[in-house]
Amino acid sequence: MATEANSDEGGLVFHPMDQFIIKPLFGDGPVGMFTITNSTLWMALSVIAIIALMVLGTSGRSTIPGRIQSIGELAYGFVYKMVEDVAGKDAVGFFPYVMTLFMFIVFANFLGLLPAAFTPTSHIAVTAVLALLVFVTVTVVGFVKHGLGFLGLFWVSSAPLPLRPVLALIEIISYFVRPVSHSIRLMGNMMAGHAVIKVFAAFAPMILLSTGLGLLVTPLSVIAIAAIYGLEILVAFIQAYVFTILTCVYLKDALHPAH
Amino acid sequence: MEGDIVQMGAYIGAGLACMGMGGSAIGVGNVAGNFLSGALRNPSAAAGQTATLFIGIAFAEALGIFSFLVALLLMFAV
Amino acid sequence: MASETQNAADAAASAPGMPQLDFSTFGNQIFWLMVTLVVIYFVLSRIALPRIAAVLAERQGTITNDLSAAEDLKVKAGEAEEAYNKALADARAEAQTIIAEAKAEIQTDLDEAMAKADAEIAAKLAESESKIAEIREGAMESVKDVAKDTAKELVAAMGGKADARSVTAAVNARMKG
Repeated sequence: MATEANSDEGGLVFHPMDQFIIKPLFGDGPVGMFTITNSTLWMALSVIAIIALMVLGTSGRSTIPGRIQSIGELAYGFVYKMVEDVAGKDAVGFFPYVMTLFMFIVFANFLGLLPAAFTPTSHIAVTAVLALLVFVTVTVVGFVKHGLGFLGLFWVSSAPLPLRPVLALIEIISYFVRPVSHSIRLMGNMMAGHAVIKVFAAFAPMILLSTGLGLLVTPLSVIAIAAIYGLEILVAFIQAYVFTILTCVYLKDALHPAH
Repeated sequence: MEGDIVQMGAYIGAGLACMGMGGSAIGVGNVAGNFLSGALRNPSAAAGQTATLFIGIAFAEALGIFSFLVALLLMFAV
Repeated sequence: MASETQNAADAAASAPGMPQLDFSTFGNQIFWLMVTLVVIYFVLSRIALPRIAAVLAERQGTITNDLSAAEDLKVKAGEAEEAYNKALADARAEAQTIIAEAKAEIQTDLDEAMAKADAEIAAKLAESESKIAEIREGAMESVKDVAKDTAKELVAAMGGKADARSVTAAVNARMKG
């Protein structure tokens, strides 16, 4: 309806959400279970980019690294240190898993910033699966490692006794809200940035409609697109970092549930 | 007519939901500012706490994202 | 009414408002996401991460080796410096002794030469003194003779007969006075 109103008014086209539509790459049919879609394409591209960086880039195995190998080692060291520092030394076994999450998110985010690209991580289906994987892993690891002792995570033994059931309820709720916030944070950040850029992009051709207003609006929106794009580059990395570090925090809870 | 009223309510609600983003902005600023003042008092301890900083920012920001999401849902999904 | 039909047309054109809530695509996305994640996981855990870990370990080893080699070299350099200092000190001490010896030798030579010179000088002095004494003696004698002769001649010239004995006595008395 907003779209209609605007296009009636001046011919500006607002479809900020259309960039998130999942379309089949080949043909025009419905999106089935195994259809290759634009989302599939960009996931595959991120896989290719990860292989290029982490496998082809390090194929030299040189003691003095080249540029690409340096980046690969930087990523390795960054995530390894994060796992070790945040989740503890005994969580190093989960390092490949955490690394997988980090590399996928960071590459999906950055490739999604290319013009005309699609961002798989802007879809709740993708981020919810990522977050639920973490949630299930953490819960299973907690119960396998500590048995029922894992429930001690919810029993705040440092609080006064009458308060403890209330706190336990709050802790349980917050525990189950974790995957929700974990997934919506990533998806919301990615979607919000792209949608805002799209909105400004829709304002940019204003000069074609009215010279007077356009002289003011068009440069402003172009500048705004550039600024938001810069912010999005930052956000693309920070959200991957935050997702990974929260995974590490949850893993620490599973490995050391003592409150 | 009924649909129009629902639509109006949804749009007003979306606008109201956007106020939550201001709250999260205050929260993020609070986290970052307090980190900075703490870091200036004890710069040697600051480097080890950047992870905590980002976690804090992420939590504060998540609530702003939630309100943004509510606004989007009201705009497009209701 | 018009807007409702517009809405319907809109909805048909671009699915529901939020593509993220189009549940018909969820299965597809989740399936391909799982494929992606499994591929990344295997690529990373089987190939990339062990390789990078090996490279890092190797580099660490190289650095450690280099560091220990540097440490060795440093110790060696320290030893060399010590040896050099020692050699320098030895050389200096030797030079000192040589100088002292030379000095002592020179001193003894000097002393000897001095003593010899002194003795020679003393001998020469004594000789010359005796010679002087002789000469003086001789001179005295000749002065006496000359005085006697002169006195005799003077007396003769004056017309007197010079008594040799009285002249001698007079000369002697004069010589003494």
